[in-house]
Amino acid sequence: MHPAYSVIFFTTASGAGYGLLALMGIFNAMGLLPTDRWFGLVGFILSLGLITLGLLSSTFHLGHPERAWRAFSQWRTSWLSREGVIAVLTYIPAGLFALGWVFPTLLGEQTTGIWMVMGVLAAIGAAVTVYCTSMIYASLKAIPAWTHDLVPPVYLVLSIATGGLILDAMLHAHGHPIGGLSLFNLLALIGALVLKLKYWKAIDAAPAETTIETATGLGSLGKVRVLDNPHTSENYLQQEMGFKVARKHAEKLRGIAVAALFIAPFVLIAAALLVPALAITATVLAVIAASVGVITERWLFFAEAKHVVMSYYEG
Amino acid sequence: MTALPESTQTKLGLVIDLDICVGCHACAVICKEWNTSGYHAPLTDTDPYGADPTGVWFNRIHAYEIDREEGNSQTVYFPKSCLHCEDAPCVTVCPTGASYKRTEDGIVLVDEDMCIGCKLCSWACPYGAREYDITEGVMKKCTLCIDKIYNENLPEESRQPACVSTCPANARHFGDLGDPNSDVSKMVADRGGYDLMPEQGTKPVNKYLPPRTRQMQPGEIAKQDILDDASPEGGFLGWLDNVLSD
Repeated sequence: MHPAYSVIFFTTASGAGYGLLALMGIFNAMGLLPTDRWFGLVGFILSLGLITLGLLSSTFHLGHPERAWRAFSQWRTSWLSREGVIAVLTYIPAGLFALGWVFPTLLGEQTTGIWMVMGVLAAIGAAVTVYCTSMIYASLKAIPAWTHDLVPPVYLVLSIATGGLILDAMLHAHGHPIGGLSLFNLLALIGALVLKLKYWKAIDAAPAETTIETATGLGSLGKVRVLDNPHTSENYLQQEMGFKVARKHAEKLRGIAVAALFIAPFVLIAAALLVPALAITATVLAVIAASVGVITERWLFFAEAKHVVMSYYEG
Repeated sequence: MTALPESTQTKLGLVIDLDICVGCHACAVICKEWNTSGYHAPLTDTDPYGADPTGVWFNRIHAYEIDREEGNSQTVYFPKSCLHCEDAPCVTVCPTGASYKRTEDGIVLVDEDMCIGCKLCSWACPYGAREYDITEGVMKKCTLCIDKIYNENLPEESRQPACVSTCPANARHFGDLGDPNSDVSKMVADRGGYDLMPEQGTKPVNKYLPPRTRQMQPGEIAKQDILDDASPEGGFLGWLDNVLSD
């Protein structure tokens, strides 16, 4: 599949933003986070900023962005519509959560009671939104690599892991590191790596159910091969679904994704735990490495996936 | 609404005979011609006379070669357009309601005025039936010539999809595949008409008729030397044939 940069940025940025928002909601409810307004302000600017920029970028690849509001209507059948509806609904508890925590004179540093509940609701909304995002892809039977059961768990765990790295860096910068969160991040990174490796192994091993023989229905007569394509130059389908670069360099790109998204942050978080003097630098570097890594991982998710329509063109 | 109808009153669709199609592309050309001034007008082209032309097409003709273990290989021309599936995955993924399947005849359509151009339907279709118009920013597709088949300004025999009307080889047929007594349904039953990519579970309405088994291989035909009988009557020509044959 053609990897549209707007969609890659949308899924990774909003993924990290929702992860950060969810962790703020949950860790606050557990009474673990510093409750001062400036910590909250930075947290909400980063989380809601990433979410909002991500959602806006997802409209950039639309042919008619001005009609985007129509996408809230078909939640009964469409995961894309569901994702839009839940994303907007999540702004309500997230906004109130932020309002109570940050707003200087009116409320100021209210992070308990109803405000805490808003944080938990925002966390639930964040998780459901990321799940809906993953299901937009996981529900497409025509792209077999995306229908694997591990696709939604990988989206969810990567969202938590990338959001957690940001929260860890924020806590170190604020001077209130939480050892528990660092350990949680290490576990999330290991979990995400295990799921991703399992996923890659599974899609590499899966035999193609759809072939040029089932696509044309001519398989019973013999081995089918393409004699001539319909057009002398590439058509829309070949441009949109026939992306080959990633399939060619998959091995190397997977290596880059693993190194930047899992190994580098793992080492840096461990270093931050062992050498507190380097903690801020190490955790910020972990966020940067993971950003490069998650973008590579997501680019591969799109670019590696083969659409069954290509059975009519390749073979 | 993007929910699929539980059933449709008729199932209008095409039956494509792969035994007859000669790959002339007339159906693709007339499709472009009719539809560029019809429901989805225009079917835009970019760089049409340049080095890298591309554009919106609802009908495409592939060419395949079948290699057999024994005997000669066979060329099959393979036209493909929207199959108007009963379980159309392109419809249910649409976030806006622009895509829908009609209850009365099962035709799958796009309402261009509601389409946001997210392309998700083209990702959901396993057959590549949907065409994104980069110039207009909306998705377009085969309408089964909805503006022709119901058009009372046309003589009745013309109320068929343009690709069917124009096929010079009579390889394309149009009718109600929901009615077991229709000509198209009988044709499907007689010839073993089949679905493309049945494993995708889309239940396409359009059916394909397989190429017939060849009665005689081209090699066998060549072996029959029609010149054997050059001069059955004898005489001077018989004598000449005899002399020259040795």
